[in-house]
Parts: sequence; structure tokens; C-alpha cells
Amino acid sequence: MNIPADLKYTPSHEWVRIEADGTLTVGITHHAQDLLGDMVFIEGPAAGRALSKGEECAVVESVKAASDVYAPVSGEVIAANGDVESSPEQVNKDAYAAWLFKIKPADAGEIATLLDATAYEKLVVADAH
Amino acid sequence: MSDQTALKLTPLNATHRESGAKMVDFGGWDMPVNYGSQIEEHHTVRTGCGLFDVSHMLPLDIKGAPVRAFLRRLVANNVDKLQVPGKALYSCMLNEAGGVIDDLIIYFMDESWFRLVVNAGTAEKDLAWMEKMNTEWDMGLTLTPRRDLAMIAIQGPNATQALNEALPGVDSITANLKPFNAAAMGEMFIARTGYTGEDGFEVMVLAKSAPYFWKALVEAGGKPIGLGARDTLRLEAGMNLYGQDMDDTTSPLESGLSWTVDMKTERDFVGRAALEKSEITLQLVGLLLLDKGVLRGHQKVITKHGAGEITSGSFSPTLQQSIALARIPLGIAPGEEVEVEIRDKKLKAKVVKYPFVRNGKALI
Repeated sequence: MNIPADLKYTPSHEWVRIEADGTLTVGITHHAQDLLGDMVFIEGPAAGRALSKGEECAVVESVKAASDVYAPVSGEVIAANGDVESSPEQVNKDAYAAWLFKIKPADAGEIATLLDATAYEKLVVADAH
Repeated sequence: MSDQTALKLTPLNATHRESGAKMVDFGGWDMPVNYGSQIEEHHTVRTGCGLFDVSHMLPLDIKGAPVRAFLRRLVANNVDKLQVPGKALYSCMLNEAGGVIDDLIIYFMDESWFRLVVNAGTAEKDLAWMEKMNTEWDMGLTLTPRRDLAMIAIQGPNATQALNEALPGVDSITANLKPFNAAAMGEMFIARTGYTGEDGFEVMVLAKSAPYFWKALVEAGGKPIGLGARDTLRLEAGMNLYGQDMDDTTSPLESGLSWTVDMKTERDFVGRAALEKSEITLQLVGLLLLDKGVLRGHQKVITKHGAGEITSGSFSPTLQQSIALARIPLGIAPGEEVEVEIRDKKLKAKVVKYPFVRNGKALI
């Protein structure tokens, strides 16, 4: 299973990287892209948008289905990845390189609510049964 | 997850699992949705040779002296078009209200034997309906579901080559077999039919021989293709999918299937009276999405003559654009623009004639 130990996760299959400057980079996990299959359309949130934790803020669509991406914590969008929007297949190639958006968290305390790799792996294993 | 033990398995189930297929519950059948990348599988069928396990579909033999008379009344297309053994006909089977019970293929074997192939999800309903008519019309026919047969589709420009290589001696059949015709070879039944818009075959083989035949086809260059690509291939080819593009409540005349309903003669068939009385207000059209996004089934279509609905939509790997079939009001012609509601947006789409793709070439 491809779940890097240095990232944080959500139960809705987003990964979160905590950057040195305190901002968060967000994408969807390898497991999520594997469930969805070949990506054909991605639409991220506009820069400057204020998000609440759990809010629908991006859409990823594979040939098979559309899926919402949720804000892992509250905060302001500081960037969306235009490269990934123009070539969505990058998410299938390397889900952890193909980030979708970056957030400046509103409340650093919320970061502690994210799952670590071990907890996320348990969740994925439980999902499969 | 659902109870896996209850899923029905085709004779190729273990073969799919060995080759790393991702399996899904498809209407109660444990079927491969892909073996890796659905888009790559799609392109393989357009440019090479793809193999599909379609054993979930049901071959059904109907035998008895009045079988032709039975089918004349049972289905909307006219089986009198079938005069040469092996010839195939696509037809809808309608209910009294003119709704589509199923779409099926009928093969003429001989004057007391026709073979039908019906959809997996409708097989039990179809069989019950046919037995009911058999009794009601006092035909005395024997209906035999052929679950002892597996069915493998071999599709794409290299299909003939792969089949010839996998099955020594079949070249004398494939060299002369015209589209929508079939021929028997020993226990096998080889039809030049498909659901992809490419040249190819659908071969019925004894269930116990299916894994060996499949492996021989793989060795001959055929690549396993899942149900995911099967759906995008048939959509590009503009072929209806039962349960999405038409069902018991929709008229074939509003489902792009008028060409399969034969009212040229006085032949009385189930649903004819209802169709003759019905007022046609809707049409099935192709849509090409002009904005970015993906068309999906049940999205609302807004036209100048009122609302319609997408029946099947996806991303077209050949056109690199989203396409759909949609049921919309009459009076909207190809070339006109409509809007499709996707989430909170209204996106622009163009009405087009389908098929979108045939024999590897974009037609749009």
C-alpha cells in the first residue's frame, strides 16, 4: 500500500503535507485514485477562497465517476494546481506529487485532528472488507 | 461491502483474477471493470485487439416448429429478415405499453431453432415473459437458457488475426463471415458482432473450454478489456445500453431505435398498437460538451423547446472530450447548442449525430 509516513490524511482520502512555512499542500491519496481510475477532469478551488473544514472544494472526475474533494482543515486557499487541471492523469501517475491546492490554515489546532499514515492505512484496510 | 459469496461468477472468473483484474459487482455478477488503465484498454480496442468476457449475458435457445411465428409476435423487428442460417438481427422486445423489456440479438439457426442473446440484468425477467407468451399463445416451444456456454468478444482491427491464430481452422470461417452473421465450428458459435464500433467477433464456447480459449487469444495478441472500457467504446459507437438509454417505461421510438421497429407489414407484435397510438415528443441525440467537464447520466439538458436528460455520458478517450446520449424534445437539430446542468453550473454542449466513432475514426 502506498501511504507515505511523512504525510497526514483524512477519512475522505485526502493527503496533507505540512510545509515548513505552516501552509498545507493537499491532494488525493493513491488509494483514492486507484478506486476512481483514469482521471479526466479536475477543478480546484479559486485562490483566496475561504474554506471550512469538511467543505466540498474541488472535483476530481475519472472516466468512471465524479468525486468531491473536501477541505481537510479550515483556511484560505493560496493556490490551486493549474498543471494538474490541464493534465489530470498526473494524479494517476503519482498521487503524492500531483497536489490539488494549498491552504493557509485558520486554526493550527485543527491539524492535530488529521490521521497519521498508520491510522489511514487501518481505515483503507477496513474499507476493503 | 456486499455479500461477495452471493455474486455470480463467469467461467473466466479465476482467469481475470490471475491477470490482476479489478473486480466489481455488476448487477450481481463479479466482473472485471479494468485490468489497469481503462483508457489504455479503450485505445487497444480501437487500434489492436481487445478481449471481453461477456459470459454474464445469456444465450437462450428456442426450439420448436412455430418458433418463427412466435418471434414474429414477440419482438419489434421482423425475424422474416432472417432467411439464411447464421444471420443475426438486433431487436427490442416490447411490453403491451410499447416500453422496452430488453434489447437482444436473434440468430437464425434453422426453421425450428433460433438462438437469442439477452442482457444479464434482464435475463430472468425476459425468460419469464417469453414463457408466459409461449403459454398464452399456445406455442409449445422449448426455451433453454445456455449457462453451459461462455461468451468472449474479440474486438478491434486485429481481431480476425488474433482469432485465426488462437483457433486453428477458423480462418476458413472468418475469411467469409459478413457483419451480423454467425457460423458454427464444432461446439463453438462464432458471430461477427460486437458492442464497440470495431470489426470483431463474439464467440460462444463451452464454459469448461473458455479459460483455455481465452489464454490462446491472449497468446495471439488479444488484451483483456474490462467493462469500464466496454462502456466508453459502446458510447462512442452510439450503441444503446439497456437500463440507461431505454427501459420498460420508454418507447423505442424515443430511444433512437426506430430503425429496429418494423411496421412495414401488417405483422402484429406486442407493443405495436401502443406505439401506433403514441405521440412522439422526444428524441435521442448525441451531445458533445464544449466546456470543460464530464457529462453523466441523469444530468438535466436545457433546450429552447424544454428540458431533457442525459441517458449515458462519459469522457471519450478517442475524441478527448466528453460525449453523451441524451433524450431531449423534438425540433432540436444537430449543430444546435444546448446547456447541461453540472453541479451548480450550466455548461455548453452541441447536439451532434451519432455514432461519434467508427472503425477507429472520429466522425465528429
